[in-house]
Amino acid sequence: MRFVFKTNYIQDIRPWKDGYQLSLYLFLLALVFSAPWLLDDFFLGELTNVLIWAIAGLGLMILTGHTGQVSLGHAAFLAFGCYANVALIEAGVPFLLAFPLSGILTGIAGVTVAIPALRLHGIYLAIFTLALSILMDDIIVLAEPITGGVTGKFVGGVEIFGKLVDRWATPVEFFWLVLGVTLLVTIGYINLLRAPLGRSFIAVRDSEVSAQAMGVDIARTKMISFALSCSVTGWAGALMGLYAGAFNNETFSVLISIQLLMMIVIGGLGSIHGAFLGAIVVGFLPQFLSISKEYVGAIFGGNAVAIPGLEFGIFGMILIAFILFEPLGMYGRWLKIRTWFELFPFYRKEMFKRQKSYLKTERLR
Amino acid sequence: MDNAQLLISGLANGCVYGLIALGFVLIYKATEAVNFAQGDFMMLGAFVTIGLTNTEYMGLPFWMALPISLSIMAAVGYLVDRLIIRRLFGESQSAVVILTIAMGFVIRFVAGLIWGHEPQTLQNPLAGKDIRFGGLVLGLEDVAVIVVTLLLTIGLYLFFSRTKLGLAMQAASQNQLAAYYMGIPVKQVQGVIWALAGVVACIAGILFAAKGSVDPTTGLLGIKAFAAAVIGGFGSLPGALAGGLIVGVIEPFASRYIAAGYSQVAPYALLLAVLIFRPNGLFSQVRAKKV
Amino acid sequence: MSLLEFESVTLKFGGLTAVDNLSFEVEEGEVFAIVGPNGAGKSTVFNLISRFYDPFAGSIRFDGHDLLRVKPSGVASYGVARTFQNIELFEHATVLQNLLVGRHRHRRTNLVSEILFLPSVRQQEIKNREKVEEIIDFLDLQAFRDKMISGLPYGVRKVVEVARALATDPKLLLLDEPASGLSVEETTDMRWWIDDIRKQMGITVLMVEHDMGLVSGVSDRVLAMADGAKLALGPPEHVQSHPAVIEAYLGKAS
Repeated sequence: MRFVFKTNYIQDIRPWKDGYQLSLYLFLLALVFSAPWLLDDFFLGELTNVLIWAIAGLGLMILTGHTGQVSLGHAAFLAFGCYANVALIEAGVPFLLAFPLSGILTGIAGVTVAIPALRLHGIYLAIFTLALSILMDDIIVLAEPITGGVTGKFVGGVEIFGKLVDRWATPVEFFWLVLGVTLLVTIGYINLLRAPLGRSFIAVRDSEVSAQAMGVDIARTKMISFALSCSVTGWAGALMGLYAGAFNNETFSVLISIQLLMMIVIGGLGSIHGAFLGAIVVGFLPQFLSISKEYVGAIFGGNAVAIPGLEFGIFGMILIAFILFEPLGMYGRWLKIRTWFELFPFYRKEMFKRQKSYLKTERLR
Repeated sequence: MDNAQLLISGLANGCVYGLIALGFVLIYKATEAVNFAQGDFMMLGAFVTIGLTNTEYMGLPFWMALPISLSIMAAVGYLVDRLIIRRLFGESQSAVVILTIAMGFVIRFVAGLIWGHEPQTLQNPLAGKDIRFGGLVLGLEDVAVIVVTLLLTIGLYLFFSRTKLGLAMQAASQNQLAAYYMGIPVKQVQGVIWALAGVVACIAGILFAAKGSVDPTTGLLGIKAFAAAVIGGFGSLPGALAGGLIVGVIEPFASRYIAAGYSQVAPYALLLAVLIFRPNGLFSQVRAKKV
Repeated sequence: MSLLEFESVTLKFGGLTAVDNLSFEVEEGEVFAIVGPNGAGKSTVFNLISRFYDPFAGSIRFDGHDLLRVKPSGVASYGVARTFQNIELFEHATVLQNLLVGRHRHRRTNLVSEILFLPSVRQQEIKNREKVEEIIDFLDLQAFRDKMISGLPYGVRKVVEVARALATDPKLLLLDEPASGLSVEETTDMRWWIDDIRKQMGITVLMVEHDMGLVSGVSDRVLAMADGAKLALGPPEHVQSHPAVIEAYLGKAS
């Protein structure tokens, strides 16, 4: 058994519970920092990919996991960030300026979208954002002078302080860039969650009426959440563009939106860990499938060189399994395992039991 | 004359959207859940029927295959509720949305494994026949689509507004606990509704596969049908049909009078406009939470 | 000047008159209870104060401010806090986090400083926690401070809701059926707490309650309502024996 005794307020304010937890995270961090020496270029590239997905996941997590607004259209903001970044670079803006700007511009775009969307609840917001994501495809085609339309855009490396940072030519430098962004976003996110604004997000998620009664301005809070969420997603999009090297109107399809949402659900809604765990699944699933292709092929028949929809099919099954058996996602499962060890031998299954209730409509008639 | 032709084909398309939308609304009305896999149910229904009738598969006569495929889809709907959805009793709407989206992916994947990814058409007795009406040439399939859809919508509407069972189903959605106390078996009702949604999806699939062709990705049509349901005002059966017709008609006209690419854009642009200006749909419902 | 003034407030839903030309004042420092049969419009009065509804006619003034000019989220900043009849806590957050949301109206930091977690934010957090811990001690919630709401029993949730309202540092506390669903012991605790809230903290309490024992035990004045209108107003004993009140509860003697 392990107890944490609290003796002052700082213990509640700092992001880690105790020295044990801190050292665990520092160890993980050290492991990631040593990746360029441990992994070859291919796997380093994969790790970079996972980190980029994690940033995107963090972006959506702010809105969906912590503010409770389900978005099925975040690929639109990935696209916006990606094109904004490239357009700025092509206009001669140095990367170190273009990159932050691309996120901020995406945030502004997000707020513009949020204003009409604020009145929408739950399912209506989901369908609104879904439509947005579908329309983004056409908007990109229509905005051909900026976006290159169907042909798309190609982007080589970028220069930071005269050094070339490119996915293929200098994968290690690119990894540092992505890791840096990941860390900054994560630290900002952690800070937000322990400050009043982050708590007001959670308040809006769990009960709008009482949040309002506590003095939280619902519309304003949702707007800020949209802005932050879209900014972070925009940065992820910009990095995705650099990672892919080439992209067009179909790169950020509505399927990516859905995949992103599924990813954070699998990882665990409402936790920073969830975004990372989900990203690991999304990032490594294709590799895992291609490695196990022979076996998969043997089961489903055929040579299984490429089974269309396989990846999404498997992904869908994982998601269904999680929603049915572990609605809190991978992070929820981890919490249970951890609690089991911490309380050994006093763990009871009922500790995490969720209350089930009959549903009462929110419609009046 | 040309416009009339466009209108008819648009209406026929719209009817299919309307039927899928009907499935959405059925489930929403009775369970407050949203089944994003409804389009995939339709695709599955189409493939099941193709598998039963088409000569390269089992080659049963169409009228014999029809009841079999309808009951298969009813069973699928019921089992989905029984095995999956029912476990989410009391969870948020969003959980069901995400779950059914995932289910759609799985259905598409499985359908691809069984029937392949080539577009296929349902061999049916109406194929290739048409009616001439003045200067109009109407495919018999198009006419059948419109007639069947109208009959089905009216039937369901009457069922929900006139019969005891229909009213019980509505009651079950508005307040599950109260309905349960009044002796309505809420869970069974929910299962029946899902089975019904499976049947409606199957009919939509048959009509769709008869007048065109299906492949596993056809299920994504569900998104467009969902737009139709929202445009019509979620929760109203005639509204769903109206929404479907609006979307069906707006498509060919948009590509005709604006530009070819706009047939895809128009329904969603309309959806955004509806959501912004009439967030509860054109045939609206009041939403408010009581504290 | 009274702390809260209702002046001929009327609210209609469609054809139904939920509150009918209602006037009353709540004086600073008193415990004021509203009683009445179900559907009398008691909770509606609270929702009017919280600005969830716009009245059809009349005025609501609090501490010299016209409440009808304030948006719903602004009411708290004048010092009005409330609980809800069907508990509206933030389910997936800890008791401590719930109480800290109560401190939201005292937020002086902005987005940027919070993301960077500047020293000013840290200072504010420490202050918030000092206040919140005081309330945790006051209401004996120490054992639950790091527990998720979703795992708490009903009685504790009720207390947490009161705690969250107190965390806002209110001048007026609105309690919507604080004792409903509580056991006899818990109701007795609630009674002492309400007394202490008034005496130690100097907070004015306006409550809706069915439990007449609790009402006559703690309140200075009682307003009895039926069908949205005022039946009687005065000290508990006076209202309890008022013929119109007895009639509303028990029906007309034939």
